[in-house]
Amino acid sequence: MAPAGPRSGDAIFASVERVNAELFTLTYGAIVRQLLTDLEEVDEVNKQLDQMGYNIGIRLVDEFLAKSNVSRCVDFKETAEVIAKVGFKMFLGVGASVTNWDAEGTCCSIVLEDNPLVDFVELPDTCQGLYYCNVLSGVIRGALEMVSVPSCASLSLVFSSSS
Amino acid sequence: MIGASKIKQYSNVLEKPLSKGKQEVSLSAFAFLFSELVQYNQTQVDNIAELERRLEDAGYAVGARCLELLCHREKVYHIIVKLCVMFMPFWLSQGNRRETRLLGILSFVHSTVWKVLFGKVADSLEKGTEHEDEYMISEKELLVNRFISIPKDMGTFNCGAFVAGIVRGVLDSAGFPAVVTAHFVPMEGQQRPRTTILIKFAEEVLRREARLG
Repeated sequence: MAPAGPRSGDAIFASVERVNAELFTLTYGAIVRQLLTDLEEVDEVNKQLDQMGYNIGIRLVDEFLAKSNVSRCVDFKETAEVIAKVGFKMFLGVGASVTNWDAEGTCCSIVLEDNPLVDFVELPDTCQGLYYCNVLSGVIRGALEMVSVPSCASLSLVFSSSS
Repeated sequence: MIGASKIKQYSNVLEKPLSKGKQEVSLSAFAFLFSELVQYNQTQVDNIAELERRLEDAGYAVGARCLELLCHREKVYHIIVKLCVMFMPFWLSQGNRRETRLLGILSFVHSTVWKVLFGKVADSLEKGTEHEDEYMISEKELLVNRFISIPKDMGTFNCGAFVAGIVRGVLDSAGFPAVVTAHFVPMEGQQRPRTTILIKFAEEVLRREARLG
């Protein structure tokens, strides 16, 4: 039997069980609020969010590989595309695009048009410098580490909210 | 690239139009996130009671916001209905009303809140037989407990404390203070126990309810 080809993000998202995005958003907000209360320092919170994301990423990558059937990516460009088009779509239900490649092809930006994590969120002045979605960087970092993509030293996400 | 920048397309989050609430994420995304919430809280506490309290506090924040969101959304919807059906005045009396009666708010939690958050109405809503102020919402398997198994040494710990917190948040913000807890109820012939959310209303709620007749 020939192996099934890679599935598109939309197809996978349609086939998995889904929950209301607002439950997800509010739960994440509760997590960030708890962290801010416990740790107080914005840098500590950023680190903790990244660590949480890392813990999620190392387990999430198994599900990703099992459901998406992607073949091994040949280079980092393809990896980034797969993360943006398939990964984000199948877990968060939103598409992302890859932009801003640097000259060597080692650095890029993944732009999320519509991020369910930041619905209803406004950062007060006391929390400037908080990377609210830092959990997403951690997830990507953890996932990539599990599939042996050589060390990603720093990952941060640019997200733009559409009006 | 260092630094996450948010390109503001609107100056104030309150000016952004309210979505219809139909957006979804995958269940596994939520399950992963919830498991991280529980694991993080486990590192911050020494005992089970404290862990349940922290989960409940997290849920409380969700519940309070959920009530606000649902009420606002219902109001917006009904304003649109009002505009569209101007020749049907009896429609104007629907919705856009604050629940003031006990059964009203319980049925709101049991149906509307559950439907929005978990995609289905709760399995059952019962009045407690032993005490006047107790009500129970039961669910065969809470969404948050789907992928969680409790080790024996954690005794009666239930991650449904998060959902209990949500219910408490909704009730408290609606003006019905209560103590809400989650319990496992073993069912005959079933491997996984049922979960019951026990709601014990404060004295003042019962007095008010009696006064309203």
